Amino acid sequence: MKTYDAIVVGAGHNGLTNAAFLAKAGLDVVCVEKNDYIGGAAVSRNLYKDWWYSNCSYVCSLLRPEIYRALELHKHGLQVTPYGGSVTFMQNGDYFGSYHDEEVAYREMARFSRHDADAYKTYSADTMRQCRFIRDFLLSTAPDPTSFKPRDIKELIRIGGKFLAMGEDRMYDTIRFWTMSVAEYLDEYFETDVIKAAFSGSGIIGTALGIHSPGTAYVLLHHYMGDVDGNVGSWGFARGGMGAVSNSIASAFQAAGGELRTEAGVGQITVKNGKVTGVALQNGDEISAPVVVSAMDVKRTFLTCMDKNDLPASFHNRVENFKIRGSSGKVNIALDGLPTFPALPEGSSLHHSDMHFIDSMERMERAYDDWKDGTWSKDPYIDMVIPTLSDPTMAPPGKHFMSCFVQYCPYQIDGRAWTSEEKDAFGNAVIDQISNYSPDFRDLILHAEIRTPQDIEAEIGITEGNIFHGELTMDQLLFNRPLPGYAQYRGPVGGLYMCGSSTHPGGGVMAAPGANAAREILADLKRPNTVPENFGDD
Amino acid sequence: MKNQPVHQGRLKTPFYSRLSQLDTVNEWHEWKGYSSANALYCEDMEYFAIRNATAVFDLTPMTKYRIAGPDALDYLNRLVTRDMAKIRPGRVAYAVWCDDQGQVIDDGTIFHLREGEYRLCSQERHFAWLQAAAIGFDVTLTHETEDVAALAVQGPTSFSVLNTMGIEGLEELKPFGLTHCEFEGSDLMVSRTGFTADLGYELWIDPDKAEALWDALFEAGKLFGIRAIGTDALELARIEAGFLAAHMEFLPADETVRTGRSRSPLELGLDWLVDFKKPNFNGRRALAEEKRNGSTWRLVKLDIEGNKPAHHSYIFGKEKGNKGEIGFITSAAWSPVCKQNIALGTVRTPYGKPGSSVWVEIYYQREMHWNRKMAQATVVDKPFWFPPRRGATPPGPY
Repeated sequence: MKTYDAIVVGAGHNGLTNAAFLAKAGLDVVCVEKNDYIGGAAVSRNLYKDWWYSNCSYVCSLLRPEIYRALELHKHGLQVTPYGGSVTFMQNGDYFGSYHDEEVAYREMARFSRHDADAYKTYSADTMRQCRFIRDFLLSTAPDPTSFKPRDIKELIRIGGKFLAMGEDRMYDTIRFWTMSVAEYLDEYFETDVIKAAFSGSGIIGTALGIHSPGTAYVLLHHYMGDVDGNVGSWGFARGGMGAVSNSIASAFQAAGGELRTEAGVGQITVKNGKVTGVALQNGDEISAPVVVSAMDVKRTFLTCMDKNDLPASFHNRVENFKIRGSSGKVNIALDGLPTFPALPEGSSLHHSDMHFIDSMERMERAYDDWKDGTWSKDPYIDMVIPTLSDPTMAPPGKHFMSCFVQYCPYQIDGRAWTSEEKDAFGNAVIDQISNYSPDFRDLILHAEIRTPQDIEAEIGITEGNIFHGELTMDQLLFNRPLPGYAQYRGPVGGLYMCGSSTHPGGGVMAAPGANAAREILADLKRPNTVPENFGDD
Repeated sequence: MKNQPVHQGRLKTPFYSRLSQLDTVNEWHEWKGYSSANALYCEDMEYFAIRNATAVFDLTPMTKYRIAGPDALDYLNRLVTRDMAKIRPGRVAYAVWCDDQGQVIDDGTIFHLREGEYRLCSQERHFAWLQAAAIGFDVTLTHETEDVAALAVQGPTSFSVLNTMGIEGLEELKPFGLTHCEFEGSDLMVSRTGFTADLGYELWIDPDKAEALWDALFEAGKLFGIRAIGTDALELARIEAGFLAAHMEFLPADETVRTGRSRSPLELGLDWLVDFKKPNFNGRRALAEEKRNGSTWRLVKLDIEGNKPAHHSYIFGKEKGNKGEIGFITSAAWSPVCKQNIALGTVRTPYGKPGSSVWVEIYYQREMHWNRKMAQATVVDKPFWFPPRRGATPPGPY
């Protein structure tokens, strides 16, 4: 039987990134995937006629440009184009828009509050300061604060130096920022409810937390820290849908000599004498390698795919308690034409923007209350985009694909599995919410795919369908991610590594965990490093 | 009813119809959402209108706030670093305001319009900060940028122009004074202020009367060489006057992201604007500490040898063998009126004492090729251009 140098489990964007950098270093790598398609949660699926659905992740900003460049993804078919603007519809018939043009954006805020329009520049500067602080750590391994290894001490000194250089007041601000709620953070700048509601969405997307929950200010940052061509905070679409990201990385991996195996779900990661020996596939095949890298979330990796006896007891316990909760659903829709939104002025650029339908902080929090009550939000927060407005490749001409990301949607209903009636009711809550502002929307729907966290888990494999592979709270970030003492991509068994979004720097289509893990693996194997360093913000 | 979108393109000031008639070069930029001309026919000629005749500049986009109420004076004294009690009605004060760390948020002019009523003009917009600083004061803050049309009328013949127009009382109006008169039934405020360090005035009027005011002004100015100008010419005059510009000599502290990129008034040579004897004001504690411990930066006015403008240059302590730069140029120009190579810059203390020498690394391009020159520069403490006619009261006829 052939022995590989490394097996990467899971062909999502992080698994593929990890595999690509290992292969580039000359390792003989196989990447195994349980589904008959690759991409994990960064996929474009052909689910209805000629429509391609970005049916999990749907926008792109966090993907590290260093990785894009090092893997030459442009040669492998990837193109990311920026999109701008968003709108929040209001129950009183008005709307709050955000525009690409700074002055137009200013005028729109001033329509609600001169104070808020002027406060925005300070809010932007303060948020950007936090972005710059964190962005520097994205493409590097988080140092272990208890370690005396020179590299950890060096990195801790570097972080400490950066922190001290902020100056006294900004150091206080930073510590507060990392632990406060997005609602409190926005309250410090703005007075207008709809403006705060519009900005607060980024603080809760993908988390089982409400806008008043501590730690959500950081989640906002997680959505701002990406960039498209250096424009920090802007978002883009991958041409062809999010599958283009995974496909291009897979192509780079294969060009470097890597092997992809689909329909090859792992039953167990095999261990002998405290070291991994390979994987046993669900179809009975075995693959052997001295290195196994799991791109699955930590719970699935250690609780489902490993023998409990191979793991330290306290480790196992901590994995069981890792916070990874289903909080978000998706409704993906094929449209016969472009829905109209009568509240928007004719010809407005807002017709082509990201759309939201919750206009107050009260409604934002109430949406979370439903989740706590074990059900989906009856008045849901929706992040709605229509990528086909700018991407001609995802639907036939004149037709459209609409992606609705929905908060909140629980993993289970009252502690039990979803029924198909409940799933339909969840989909209808989303469609009703949009129909409130678009009378012709419902009639344009040709096909809708409704995905609860339960569906996402069943298909993609992510525990509870949590898009970030675990909450982005301080207790699960940096040197605590996924677990204290295991934040440097190494598992508790020799030769076992983690490279999924459960690891630093966390979720989103960033590819940084996969790349960072590859750097550690190559160091352990004493191979030349192929993983790029941070470009660095000047 | 259909919602109306906010205006999507650039706004036009009430003088746009007149400016666009005179415009021959079609060079405009955005200034706080408005279209503002870089130049209207020729930057050089426009500049000499400022120094030789009368130049008219549309400053309507300048941010303006009305501050009124029983506590207006106390509020302003809390807001800005200088003592506003000394600014009587009918007087104008240049002022800076700081955040709690003593870093400059912006500079601007405060017009004491009438007893207890002020107008604050600045480059940036600060409503959120002005409101935050107003807690506990009985004041009304009104944003009035759009409600007031404004023109700068600057140059040696500007008094004659306004006099010919029939505006009375200008003979006695001293620099930083203001007066009110009537123009076609509206209040016309005239202040002896400007951005040029020359004889000059600024006119403030209801936007509905803007075009009529422009027409009257240009009719009266016919024999006095009146010319409309754009921002480029004014910018050159601004550097000659040694005045600071936001985003050039300093960044508004509430917009800076990186540590150490803001400046205190002491670092901008504005010690004379900081009054520690008056009651508490924003930034006082930090500024007192800086006063005791010394500042990090110093703004310098440089008289540079040669004739190559030192745009974007590094400043060094010596001609050769430097370990690193000591600062950089923030604004530079060849001054046509002084025939000097002038610049404003920021250097680390203790460098930059008036009378001392520094070196400036100048890069300049000639026929595609780049050249480099180390030029010696003297730190001066007076404006480069400050003619007696600027302060003469009554002003001369030209």
